[in-house]
Amino acid sequence: MINGVLHPKNVVAQLVQQGVSHYVTLPDSETAHMYAALMAEPSITIVPVSREGEAIPVAAGLFVAGQNPVISIQNAGLYEAGDALRGLALGIGLPLVMFIGYRGHNRKGDTPDSAATFLEPYLHMWRVDYLVIESDDDLDRVPLAFERAAKTNQPFAVAIGTEYAKGDE
Amino acid sequence: MITYADACRVINDSRGEAVSVSTMTQTKYWNQISSEPDLDVGIANAMSKASSVALGVALGDPERPVICLDSDGSLLMNFGTLATIAGMAPKNLYHFVFNNGIYSVTGGQPLPAPGVEYAKAADACGYASVHRFDDVESLDSALPDILASDGPVLIEIIVNGEPQTEGVDQTWESNARLPQQLRALRKRLTGTDDWGPGGPYI
Repeated sequence: MINGVLHPKNVVAQLVQQGVSHYVTLPDSETAHMYAALMAEPSITIVPVSREGEAIPVAAGLFVAGQNPVISIQNAGLYEAGDALRGLALGIGLPLVMFIGYRGHNRKGDTPDSAATFLEPYLHMWRVDYLVIESDDDLDRVPLAFERAAKTNQPFAVAIGTEYAKGDE
Repeated sequence: MITYADACRVINDSRGEAVSVSTMTQTKYWNQISSEPDLDVGIANAMSKASSVALGVALGDPERPVICLDSDGSLLMNFGTLATIAGMAPKNLYHFVFNNGIYSVTGGQPLPAPGVEYAKAADACGYASVHRFDDVESLDSALPDILASDGPVLIEIIVNGEPQTEGVDQTWESNARLPQQLRALRKRLTGTDDWGPGGPYI
């Protein structure tokens, strides 16, 4: 992980601005503080899943019912969710923004964590477009993710390349 | 033992305007008798995820009943769904599990543990209520009250195994059915036809 500062409240503000209704998630250590910030936002319902492969199908059902969900899972969980990504996002043309914890990421490209090594090749393999967010300065890219997902009717990944800060620290 | 055809018939008799999310062999029989085809989704090409899609629909439209026609092999592949559903506790979700102890679609091979009791598992996870039926008369008479009760409810149905002898055809048309059904359902639930084409099939 790099040393950029990413405040959960600023990400939550972006989600509110995009009209997000549900945040379907399996928490990971990098996004723990994001979970706490979401608990304080009444307009977004958190949907905890037991395994990452459930996240995309639950989001698909929510979208079909007229809601505006996002998912948040770790890169290792995205690998577990591969068949759901294939069948119930890419296969059905689901406009879904997927926040992916980029565990092990650093800008030097020398990481001992294979969860990081494989994330971008994995997204390329599935033909999923993505962008990387490493600090609050990058948050102006979040609307682009929603715009691209809606325009293409395809999932779009936002890789979170730093740990969320605790509170306002 | 109950046949797939009888189980689907009595469920359809009591469904009202419930959304249905089905999978595997149930979908074949359901499609033959469903009274509300534009409220139906048959989850093909994503084995085990019918209950997860059904949960999403139930949370997204809490005033409308949602029935999931799941199967034992599929549920075993996504067993955590029981805890996920119990945790969100949607009052409008009715989770049917067709239990035949085999993988029907692939020719009838046994499940890893054919004796699993899914109603007990759902009860342990925290479903509002659970039921288990092995004769169609009891299922038929109990369903109206079950579907009037608060969910999430799991209804386990012991069915005769029907091993499929022919392979599954994968065609462009068969793979287009799911995205088409999902768009029709969204249109029905939201009243707007705003989900355009996307993906390889439509």
